[in-house]
Amino acid sequence: MYRVDSKTGKQKFYSTAGFQSIVSALISICIGLIVGMIIVIVVGLTREEISPKGMVEGVKLVFFGLFSTGRVENELTFGFNPANIGNMLFRGIPLIMTGLSVAVAFKTGLFNIGAPGQYLMSTAATLYVALVVPTDTIPAWLVWIFAFAAGIIAGALWGAIPGLLKATLNINEVITCIMTNWIAANLVTWFFDARDYLKNSGESGKIGYVKPTALNGVETAKMGLDKLFPGSQINGGIIIAIIIAILIYILMTKTTFGYMLKACGSNRHAAKYAGINDKVSIVASMAIAGALSGAGAALYYLSGHTEFYWSTYMSLPAEGFNGIPVALLASNHPIGVIFTGVFMSLLNIDGLMLKSLTAYNEFIADIIIAAIVYLSAFSMIIKQLIGRKNKKAGETNVNDETDAEALAAQKAIAEAAAKKTAEVQADAEGGNK
Amino acid sequence: MILLIQQTMIYAIPLMIVALAGIFAERSGVINLALEGIMIFGAFIGVLFVRTMQENQVFTQEQGQILMLLAFLVSSVCGALFSLLLSFSAITLKADQTIGGTALNLLAPAIVLFFINIIAQQNVLMMYTGDAASWFMIKPSTFGYERGHEFGLLGSLFLDKVYLTTYLCLIIFVVLSVILYKTKFGLRLRSCGENPQASDSLGINVYKMRYIGTTISGALAGAGGFTYALTTSNCASTGEVAGYGFLALAVMIFGNWTPLNVALGGILFGLFKCIAATYASLDINGDGVYMLAEIGVSPYVYRLLPYLITLIVLAFTSKKSRVPKAEGIPYDKGQR
Repeated sequence: MYRVDSKTGKQKFYSTAGFQSIVSALISICIGLIVGMIIVIVVGLTREEISPKGMVEGVKLVFFGLFSTGRVENELTFGFNPANIGNMLFRGIPLIMTGLSVAVAFKTGLFNIGAPGQYLMSTAATLYVALVVPTDTIPAWLVWIFAFAAGIIAGALWGAIPGLLKATLNINEVITCIMTNWIAANLVTWFFDARDYLKNSGESGKIGYVKPTALNGVETAKMGLDKLFPGSQINGGIIIAIIIAILIYILMTKTTFGYMLKACGSNRHAAKYAGINDKVSIVASMAIAGALSGAGAALYYLSGHTEFYWSTYMSLPAEGFNGIPVALLASNHPIGVIFTGVFMSLLNIDGLMLKSLTAYNEFIADIIIAAIVYLSAFSMIIKQLIGRKNKKAGETNVNDETDAEALAAQKAIAEAAAKKTAEVQADAEGGNK
Repeated sequence: MILLIQQTMIYAIPLMIVALAGIFAERSGVINLALEGIMIFGAFIGVLFVRTMQENQVFTQEQGQILMLLAFLVSSVCGALFSLLLSFSAITLKADQTIGGTALNLLAPAIVLFFINIIAQQNVLMMYTGDAASWFMIKPSTFGYERGHEFGLLGSLFLDKVYLTTYLCLIIFVVLSVILYKTKFGLRLRSCGENPQASDSLGINVYKMRYIGTTISGALAGAGGFTYALTTSNCASTGEVAGYGFLALAVMIFGNWTPLNVALGGILFGLFKCIAATYASLDINGDGVYMLAEIGVSPYVYRLLPYLITLIVLAFTSKKSRVPKAEGIPYDKGQR
């Protein structure tokens, strides 16, 4: 039980920070699911209209909704359901992208709560380009690329606004992000309200929706995934999302630019002293975050058949806010985000199954997600508990050095968290002088 | 004009009371990003209370004011209880306060919509019978006068077609502001947000003070949520308060964490919100010309104005910002 492998001299996997993150995420998920289960049971016991059988079915679906194949002769059936899995991957695309967006911002010391606004601005730009550029003169794949690029640019520009305000005027990005979210919601509604030719008026029952981009022949390529998961909405977007996640991982860990952004995030003043242009870094990381949210919206709506409800001035898209739990659960690791994004989408599928098959409704998924975020707020403590347990289990005298290293790493993370808030305070002090 | 003032108050009052909630939490050193969530929760509990009481016919329509006061009380108590989730993670477990607040903001609409769907089989929970105006609004008949009784200018401004919650919130606002600034307790609370180490060395229990600050904050936000639901959405709960909690946070920052400035900020934003909601029927000087409607600007411009102005104002006032110094930093006795 040594923490360091005696042959290679490398740190053993189970005592690395990454392993501890994964374990603490799994613990959070388990507790979150248990919270969901308890609520289902309590509601089932107290409401007359839900029978004990319905309650048991509810619990089953909370855990295994993905494998639900419907209801045969009044009994729930479970099995391999390719449509559900395909839809899970498809709905995971925007979650992965907004999760990446929040994660990149977190890594650079910023809290991007503005993902919903960036997502909306990108939705408008993407749909506009994809529907307006004529596909009879320009090939559809080229229009797809234009629309995708338009979405990314719109998201990046919208994300850069809070970045600029933070860099030049020292305004806390949380408050500016929230304001820009609602401004975006009104702008987008205004944009579509004034353009009747973008609204879907052909199909009955589709009032209030924008035309799907397939009407103009613009669709994401299926890349054979529809054969793998028949009956689902899956398309090549998931592959693009995974590639983007890997690119972001490379950018953040293997390049000078990524290092610059992270350095600026962990201590703006030290980074400045080291010759990094802190203002450019802050704007750049918010713009990248915005671009990622924008890419999420573009991939989601360019699938061709998803429809956008344009009168959105009273509400913000859930995909934007759900990027926060996706990133937190993955400890802001770009590769981890792929898995947590798909997991969140799995919970949503569970919720939909609950709604269609039982007297419960889809919001149980949101409750579970919220519980997981709440737990991830003090995941540091869970990690410390795991670390302590390892210390007791392991024969420690061989590897005092790595132990100290791990502790130092943990301390650094804790300090980074405190610094984020301390920075606001320091900035305010600076302002006072 | 009377309509404009009354409408502005309707929008300004929840903002003011929730911004005061923010002040209590942040002055004690805890960032309360969960204001929005607590408002949603408070609104739901208040509406649920009203609905349950009506369903069981505990109160008659004449006793509407008593029912409303009780609902106000219940929603503030539940808001306080809900905020304990934040206090526990932020103060006892020393977790990141922004993430804890975000969790509550996600949790409140989820839990509220879950139960609304179970109870009402739809996405909105309304009163069991009647509407907010007939049950809770103060009208001439409340004082035993006939319908259409004239009160005179001041009378109709303060006594006709208003809600009691407006005055209740104003009184609470003044009383709590005085407590925060003129009492020993208020001074101690504020000291915990500026220099908790010094406070601790003088025998003040920082953890307790922060718990009290956040709990008061939760109670105020819960009550503010119910006030919002009662006055602007006809006593219905829909799992959202249209970003009011976040707007209140902005008002608090705009008001520099002091009650008087927050009140002014609240009224300013209330005015803009009011214009956004009523611009089409707004007759400012009473000459029968609906000026704002005739300019022909899209309604969405008026709707985004409060947010845009917040941004601009923050940009201009950011240099003078007086953030509580220890805000957002978990207090650790070991760090001196």
